[in-house]
Amino acid sequence: MRLIVPLRGVIQGRGGLFVGSLIPCCLFYFLQLYLKRRRPPPTDPTELPRTSSRTNLFSRGNSIGRVRVSSRAVPVAKPSDSPYYIGLERVKTDPYDRIKNTDGIIQLGLAESTLCFDLLQRWMSENLMESMMQSDDGEFDISSIAMYKPFEGLLELRVAFADFMSRIMGGNVSFDPSNMVITAGGTPAIEVLAFCLADHGNAFLIPTPYYPGFDRDIKFRTGVELIPVHCRSSDNFTVTVSALEQALNQARKRGSKVSGILFSNPSNPVGNILSRETLQDILRFAQEKNIHVISDEIFAGSVYGDKEFVSMAEIAGSGEFDKSRVHIIYGLSKDLSIPGFRAGVIYSFHEDVVNAAKKLMRFSSVPVPVQRILISLLSDVRFIEEYMTAHRQRIRDKHIRFVEGLKQLGIPCAESGGGLYCWVDMSSLLTSYSEKGELELFEKLLTVAKINATPGTACYCIEPGWFRCCFTALADEDIPVIMERIRQLRESSRS
Amino acid sequence: MGLPLMMERSSNNNNNNNNVVELSRVAVSDTHGEDSPYFAGWKAYDENPYDESHNPSGVIQMGLAENQVSFDLLETYLEKKNPEGSMWGSKGAPGFRENALFQDYHGLKTFRQAMASFMEQIRGGKARFDPDRIVLTAGATAANELLTFILADPNDALLVPTPYYPGFDRDLRWRTGVKIVPIHCDSSNHFQITPEALESAYQTARDANIRVRGVLITNPSNPLGATVQKKVLEDLLDFCVRKNIHLVSDEIYSGSVFHASEFTSVAEIVESIDDVSVKERVHIVYSLSKDLGLPGFRVGTIYSYNDNVVRTARRMSSFTLVSSQTQHMLASMLSDEEFTEKYIRINRERLRRRYEIIVEGLKKAGIECLKGNAGLFCWMNLGFLLEKKTKDGELQLWDVILKELKLNISPGSSCHCSEVGWFRVCFANMSENTLEIALKRIHKFMDRRRRF
Repeated sequence: MRLIVPLRGVIQGRGGLFVGSLIPCCLFYFLQLYLKRRRPPPTDPTELPRTSSRTNLFSRGNSIGRVRVSSRAVPVAKPSDSPYYIGLERVKTDPYDRIKNTDGIIQLGLAESTLCFDLLQRWMSENLMESMMQSDDGEFDISSIAMYKPFEGLLELRVAFADFMSRIMGGNVSFDPSNMVITAGGTPAIEVLAFCLADHGNAFLIPTPYYPGFDRDIKFRTGVELIPVHCRSSDNFTVTVSALEQALNQARKRGSKVSGILFSNPSNPVGNILSRETLQDILRFAQEKNIHVISDEIFAGSVYGDKEFVSMAEIAGSGEFDKSRVHIIYGLSKDLSIPGFRAGVIYSFHEDVVNAAKKLMRFSSVPVPVQRILISLLSDVRFIEEYMTAHRQRIRDKHIRFVEGLKQLGIPCAESGGGLYCWVDMSSLLTSYSEKGELELFEKLLTVAKINATPGTACYCIEPGWFRCCFTALADEDIPVIMERIRQLRESSRS
Repeated sequence: MGLPLMMERSSNNNNNNNNVVELSRVAVSDTHGEDSPYFAGWKAYDENPYDESHNPSGVIQMGLAENQVSFDLLETYLEKKNPEGSMWGSKGAPGFRENALFQDYHGLKTFRQAMASFMEQIRGGKARFDPDRIVLTAGATAANELLTFILADPNDALLVPTPYYPGFDRDLRWRTGVKIVPIHCDSSNHFQITPEALESAYQTARDANIRVRGVLITNPSNPLGATVQKKVLEDLLDFCVRKNIHLVSDEIYSGSVFHASEFTSVAEIVESIDDVSVKERVHIVYSLSKDLGLPGFRVGTIYSYNDNVVRTARRMSSFTLVSSQTQHMLASMLSDEEFTEKYIRINRERLRRRYEIIVEGLKKAGIECLKGNAGLFCWMNLGFLLEKKTKDGELQLWDVILKELKLNISPGSSCHCSEVGWFRVCFANMSENTLEIALKRIHKFMDRRRRF
């Protein structure tokens, strides 16, 4: 009854207009509220109502929401903005060929060696089929290569790898096959270690400049962060404990939990070999802070300088430190020039890490026939000695030629003793001594000089002007071509 | 959960030598599942493996789905073909250079074409596969994990019909952080997936505030050994469209269907659809481990109708590339249509025969199996033998079978079956002789039981 009065007021046009309109609105609102409560819970806004018809939704051509991928997948498919990948892609569009495309882009951005292919080819043509197909009684037995085998790699392969690694790392260190897990390349090796040693959101300290591929290998799926520890040319880009300390403290202030230190030795991209003292300093620091040490030693066999290579395994085994925090990565892609085979190693002194890594190998193991080839290859001691000697000698020779060529242009390189590249100081060619200037030079090198070299920015180098140039896929006659192109670029910049 | 081997990290680092360094949650988790009975039986086998001549009373491995029935066909092919031709590709020894350096995550075009052609042959040409939609991974295990990373975020869920392959608990969840919500199926309708079961699983997830990103089925099913009916596939796709989620079909046993006509691939259904928004939620996993009996080669694929998923999967496959060597070796074999047609036909025939032997043998012992038509195993019902109709009762029986009969079979509970008493029994990883011996042991056991 009381409701009617104000309404009558509306009709009769007396002041009740406001109240009269307000009440129906309120009534309407409360009615909606009542109905809403009684309605079944709302389904996913993108869900479409169920049809009773048997001709399915999908055949009636209704337009529906696009299905989405996970948020962690989104950044993976995006075109990379790193010059490292951009350069690699550009070479594919116009690759240099000594005979067929002399104006093409010369690839100096891929750390691969073809210098000893002749030796490998010979070995493969003589031994490949036998090593893969033969079983003990000489008959071809497919079950020896077809069936499931332990994912961490056949024992014979781990034994062969242990022996091989010991040989190429100077013979002062021995590796225990039971601490070893064989992976389908260095890439899964580093990712698996990251999964085992750090939780999502934790971080590794990593001296710069570093290999650009680590950004993907580590961050793509593990969610582990990389915190750069800047190194300087004044130290020949060797990491110092004070830099590590500073980076760790800053990380802690930000609330980041650091799980370990990751570094490469021989270093990529600089090519320097870390001294015994530096390795000890790093391990001591890690022990103090109770974090892990991952030493990526994938270029250990590509040492050509006078400085001796020392593996972190040797330091760890010295008895002075707690070795359960030491983990090593190795592989055959660089030293043995067979990246296509996909063979890598995780070597860890921590039993639980080895056990976890073994189980994770079901996602990245080496095919059995390939394992058999590798067992044969790595156990052929005579061939390995011949190969490694030639490999080192030929890298050394190429290195000398390349560095000399640059020297004649007044372009210096960092001191290096290992790896398949040199770290070149092109700051004299920069229009401005800055990251911007460096990226401009990168672009000019690519488009004008038609050379793909990886700029320091892609490697997080704090000093502008440095470029990584890989020279182990070059023939001797390519080097003067490269130098001439750089010279011409410099001339045209000056004018 | 997991081993308590870490101590709290002390911020005050004076006591260096007593600090135990921490490992990640992934490293210490037991999501790898290797402590379950599914794997415990393998240990028993490893310790006392059956051998026809040297150890006839040893444990017979009937828990490993491996296909050895057609090895002779492969051997003959590989021996006959020019080694240079099949191993290096058509270029001979100079091909080694490309082989050694090739690590492109696109995969060899010739190999992808060969895989596409093989997959088409298995489906009797009822679906076409575009080689550029094939992403190669080191095995189907890696393919399933990779897809999970791409389709779901940590704490999201995939719906998976039970009973399912025990390895999924590890492959889909361990590193990805994704959950599995079961779609319960039971024997009342031969364990087929029903729309009601789908809705119920979806609702269970929603009630727990978990976001469902897709449905993952195995077709033919492991452990059921049966194909999924076309109608069920259509209902599944319909469901996925309505909920706007993905559909993953793991078809690694597609070449092991005894009668080709009884298999419908989700690819056939997608073939007739034009709407991209429907197609692009469908993804197929395949591998050469089961149909071709080459698990040691580590060759798996993701086939996706979604361009974005193909692009993303390709890049992520860096962590699980197929060796260039393997790609070369298999490319020529898989493109040899005369060989593959013969292989597929004979392989199906032999598996069918094995299946009949085991099902007949079990029937004579008074044991029924689910009516199957595919795969390397049968789904056996021992519910009537259980003293207690519980999971414990089932595991007790499993233990008796392992210890007394020395047969390693897989209990349904490890496959998350909601009905107790079912067991998966593999029959393709042994000679016919060994299979007969296993059946004899079962007969003896059943005779003994009848007497008491």
